[in-house]
Amino acid sequence: MTREELPNLAESKLTALVVDDNFVNQSIHQKLLARLGITNEVVCNGKEAVDAHCSGRNYDLILMDMDMPIMNGIQATKRLREMGIESKIAGVTTRANEGEKKEFMEAGLNDFQEKPLTISKLLSILHKFDFYVQT
Amino acid sequence: MDLVQMQKSLQDYTKSLFLEGILDSQFLQLQQLQDESNPDFVSQVVTLFFQDSDRILNDLSLSLGQQVVDFKKVDPHVHQLKGSSSSIGAQRVKNACVVFRNFCEQQNVEACHRCLQQVKQEYYLVRNRLETLFKLEQQIVASGGMIPAVELGF
Repeated sequence: MTREELPNLAESKLTALVVDDNFVNQSIHQKLLARLGITNEVVCNGKEAVDAHCSGRNYDLILMDMDMPIMNGIQATKRLREMGIESKIAGVTTRANEGEKKEFMEAGLNDFQEKPLTISKLLSILHKFDFYVQT
Repeated sequence: MDLVQMQKSLQDYTKSLFLEGILDSQFLQLQQLQDESNPDFVSQVVTLFFQDSDRILNDLSLSLGQQVVDFKKVDPHVHQLKGSSSSIGAQRVKNACVVFRNFCEQQNVEACHRCLQQVKQEYYLVRNRLETLFKLEQQIVASGGMIPAVELGF
């Protein structure tokens, strides 16, 4: 897909939260979302993601890394679901063996993508959640 | 060197980085994200990668230099470096990290020392090559030219 063909989802007014402790990944994931017109924020670990929700913030989509200090992605996903958060949560991690993927999915994910995240992987996530319809 | 020659040099240089396996397609993903609103996106992210990697490699040297190596400290650092190198397309750094993690799992100190050297070597190589790439791009922009798209053709 060329730069010119990227969909612009700004009209959908979608919001997203990037949860990742790695600054490089934070920067890339935020840029990916912004290029598609999705307003987004970033936090550095699972606890900050939970705290953001406790303070009343809510998001359509959460991109959740697995390995993070203080509270990892599995713990954070479980906690958010216990809190009744129904946002779509996509696990995004370099860990891809079946056991780790299963554990992460069972924590309450709606989707899982292996890093590095690309435009097409993000569109796949959005399509799965009906946030984006391919024309 | 005139502008057309500079642009051709840049294209050839960039291609060589892919042919040598120093970069992979993830780097092209970063380039696709760069636009008029953020024309320095790639160099900004790569600079973050350099800063992050310098810190991690320093921490790794310290951790592996301890009398008793704590692999619970070593492995997360290697995992982080593997993640960020993969995200910017620094393929050989990523691959070196994969090997490194295997030896961390085995708690093989000697092999980990060798792996650290290998990771450092690959990192300094990609750093050097990307810094050259950005200098070539700056020269083209300073001469009033556009950065040509990379056509890999393979």
